Amino acid sequence: MRWRRRPPTDAGTPAVTPAAGIALRDVGHAYGDRVVLAGVSLTLGERRVGVIGANGSGKSTFARLLNGLVVPTSGTVRVDGLDTRTQAREVRRRVGFVFQDPDAQIVHPTVAEDLAFGPRNQGLPDEEIDRRVEEMLDRYELAGHRDHPAHLLSGGQKQLLAIAGVLAMRPQRIVFDEPTTLLDLSNTRKVGRVIDELEQDVVVVTHHLELLSGFDRVLVVEDGRVVADGAPGETLPWYVARMD
Amino acid sequence: MLSLYVPGRSLVHRAPAGLKLGLLAALGVALFLTERPAVVAAVLVVVLAVGLLVARLPWRALAGQVRPVWLWLAALFVFHLVATDLRTGSVAVLRLLALLVAAAVVTGTTRVTALVAVVEWLASPLRVFGVRPARIGLVIAMTLRFIPLVAEQAARIREAQAARGADRVRWGMAVPLLVQVLRMAATVGEALDARGADDAPDRRSRPRAAVAP
Repeated sequence: MRWRRRPPTDAGTPAVTPAAGIALRDVGHAYGDRVVLAGVSLTLGERRVGVIGANGSGKSTFARLLNGLVVPTSGTVRVDGLDTRTQAREVRRRVGFVFQDPDAQIVHPTVAEDLAFGPRNQGLPDEEIDRRVEEMLDRYELAGHRDHPAHLLSGGQKQLLAIAGVLAMRPQRIVFDEPTTLLDLSNTRKVGRVIDELEQDVVVVTHHLELLSGFDRVLVVEDGRVVADGAPGETLPWYVARMD
Repeated sequence: MLSLYVPGRSLVHRAPAGLKLGLLAALGVALFLTERPAVVAAVLVVVLAVGLLVARLPWRALAGQVRPVWLWLAALFVFHLVATDLRTGSVAVLRLLALLVAAAVVTGTTRVTALVAVVEWLASPLRVFGVRPARIGLVIAMTLRFIPLVAEQAARIREAQAARGADRVRWGMAVPLLVQVLRMAATVGEALDARGADDAPDRRSRPRAAVAP
């Protein structure tokens, strides 16, 4: 485990190679005068990365930087070599994003229509959109709710719909921003299993530490800096001790 | 519209949304070309038959559309009894009933996406003025999606205020509701970005249901 931020390893060379994943180089972000992230340099190439930290530590801003929803006010974020500042659309096609509150992410009135939204934005043919919608309905046991109004789903079903809506776009990576914060224990575990079963690389920002037990790497964010970075077996106990 | 679609595979369900909306508009015009109660009543019976027997919509789905306005219809009938006569009042009420039921049949058998696609198609000539029809469609769909959410938030604020002793809540809830809606709007904007709304190609072909029935 590293207790200080990892120094950039790619100085003087092209920022990242396509295989290198997501690379942040000396990244900072501020909302006006309020600095929420500073001096973050690291590369995310692992299959499963967790991000933990106290409220207001900068986790959500960190997550949003990874798919270009937020661009850094200093430094660069590159996804497979693509700069999130100048190539945001291409980055977002590669990196899906699941929000904490699924109600804010579901934009169409019914389940099937919402699943079709992302693929349609990608300009896919109608047949392919239908195929992906069917696949997602079956995979996440939403087929019985195909034409149900989204606002009548349970919290767990809404979060599954939000995840399915992202998966229907077939991103290579998915960033989850506190996906279980609004869920009960049963649904938290269900969403945890869903994340575990994903083929994509995932970055999960969460307060539910048990979600991260099988992960490859966990970052601890504190006051806008990555203060710990290592295997969950090391970082999680350290973080818990630090919170006491 | 928010939750009125009743899944099915009837002829009416499978009919193109544009055709259904066109027929509804034509019916709206045609009903005002006659003043004969028997004809208007016959149209109402036919519309009911299409809804109940052909589209196989549940009676509840149609009655639910009439229920919110029955008082207005009754008031209209009484007004005509006083101001005009029984015949005129009957025609006016039957006409509106027929249109209401016809609209309920259309919304009960057509997905919102398909209706929105028709709107986008109709708005497509506006492209020459720089209007993006896909945006118009998205606005309509999102309006339908977020009305119940905003209503839920309003109910939550009412409960929170009542729990703290504010039993008669009126305008006091406007500010917190506005704050919550604006906060949600910011996240929804991010979600639209994340889901590629900016990349959405404009629909140039004739509309179709986006999802297979």
